Amino acid sequence: MSLDNNKVKEIAYLARLSIENSELEQSTKELNNILSLMDQLGEIDTGDAEPMAHPLEMSQRLRDDQVTEDDLSEEFQEIAPKTGNNHFLVPTVIE
Amino acid sequence: MMHNLTIAEQIKGLKSRDFSSLELTEHYLSRIDDSELNAFISVTSEQALTQAKMADSILAKGNASGLTGIPYAHKDIFCTKGVKTSAGSKMLDSFISPYDATLSEKLNSQNMVMLGKTNMDEFAMGSSNENSYYGSVKNPWDTKKVPGGSSGGSAAAVASRISPFATGTDTGGSIRQPASLCGITGLKPTYGRISRYGMIAYASSLDQAGPMTRTAEDSAIILNAMAGFDERDSTSANKSVPDYTKNLSKSLKGLKIGLPKEYFSEGLDKGVERVIIQAIKDYEAMGAEIIEVSLPNSMNAIPAYYIVAPCECSSNLSRFDGVRYGYRCDDPKDLNDLYLRSRSEGFGDEVKRRIMIGAYALSAGYYDAYYLKAQKVRQLISEDFKKAFKEVDVIMGPVSPTPAFELGSIKDSVSMYLADIYTLSVNLAGLPGMSIPAGFSDNLPIGLQLIGNHWSEELLLNTAHQFQLKTDWHNASPVD
Repeated sequence: MSLDNNKVKEIAYLARLSIENSELEQSTKELNNILSLMDQLGEIDTGDAEPMAHPLEMSQRLRDDQVTEDDLSEEFQEIAPKTGNNHFLVPTVIE
Repeated sequence: MMHNLTIAEQIKGLKSRDFSSLELTEHYLSRIDDSELNAFISVTSEQALTQAKMADSILAKGNASGLTGIPYAHKDIFCTKGVKTSAGSKMLDSFISPYDATLSEKLNSQNMVMLGKTNMDEFAMGSSNENSYYGSVKNPWDTKKVPGGSSGGSAAAVASRISPFATGTDTGGSIRQPASLCGITGLKPTYGRISRYGMIAYASSLDQAGPMTRTAEDSAIILNAMAGFDERDSTSANKSVPDYTKNLSKSLKGLKIGLPKEYFSEGLDKGVERVIIQAIKDYEAMGAEIIEVSLPNSMNAIPAYYIVAPCECSSNLSRFDGVRYGYRCDDPKDLNDLYLRSRSEGFGDEVKRRIMIGAYALSAGYYDAYYLKAQKVRQLISEDFKKAFKEVDVIMGPVSPTPAFELGSIKDSVSMYLADIYTLSVNLAGLPGMSIPAGFSDNLPIGLQLIGNHWSEELLLNTAHQFQLKTDWHNASPVD
């Protein structure tokens, strides 16, 4: 599979990244290089192998649904780019 | 000189008052000050001196824990409360962590002294340390060469003796490869052995922390302090921690060592091959039995890893959105603009490439062909090891196909990825692996890789320690 410039722009947007038009050609070339490596997967006969999501075949541990963390909201707000009234502020979404 | 002592020797020196933790700490801080390797992103001198004084008062009372007062360097991927934690990225250049990683807490609770935070490839993505926002680290053996990556700052710091040990993380070789290229001992434990809480995530099913030291004995001492179950990490293994120093002196007579024939094929540098073969002969002379094994899916580790890791990274790194912490672009015109520009300006090129590869591989219509297929290949790789470990105790081979390469010499991503060939499978299978100094080629250190079955860290450390009793490579130093 090979990507064209438009597809690369689309993928970048999916990942919320933007690519300058001046860099687009180069990015497409690099991504296609990597894709040709990834496409080697298609040639491997995996038979009926089970997909492996976890290296130790462990199941997810559960815990009681109780609050265990201290309230650190002040500390977390202190390092935020912009806050107000105990909220993280972003540009206006709804007028 | 104090910096030539191992941690085991420094512990004795502190206990018998040959020197104080403050003297030791000041000595290392002045060496860091004189170093031109760019191994550190932040040096935390003031905090280190305070910690050292406190350690000295605990030592004076006589009830100190083993590691009290020992200085160390912390990879800048571990959150440290009140101290900048950048992960080598512009995205987190302003991030002062409001909490400690479990590993930071554990080392603090031993009253150790943190000298600073080490340089690394951005978000641990890289094999040369050239992807750091803070500039490349130089290899202490030849400053025109790379130190390896992603834990390149940690490896260079330990090799140049500006820190007695350093923490590292290994997602596809990031402890073992820089350890090999800088001539130190690096251990990547079994997945789940050391808590990942507060360790900035790259690929969660592969990431694992470990010690980077000069000797295997030191790695055992440090692993004792690092390992253990953690409630706060859902993939942490609830498994007791043995004393890793206990079995170091066991004889290797009858140890079965597997040599995967796939690890000695084309692409392996002749100088590296010569060193590895000689090391295997040394093991044979110690009474080990050498058996050829096959890991037929070895070469498939590259495409499998470079799907699994980018997919997990594109998901993990979606948290960096410019809203709650980290970099935010100037004057965003709306929310979407804030996301797009904060991420595009905050991330470096390689990180963006991997996020995009992951986003593509996980997007509708491609999931089966890429992510699911890669997970099946991962299963095959894991089964290869299972079969091999029915016949042998330890698998050995090279860590890196070449010695350290010139800074700036590898320009395209794919060539860089191919150099990870011998380290990736270990992470995909969740196994423990080590790199130990085994010789030199063109005056550059070469590491021997030791791979064990799950939870066999004791055996790996024993196997490494016995080699270090018989050889002197781990004592070779690039500095006086």
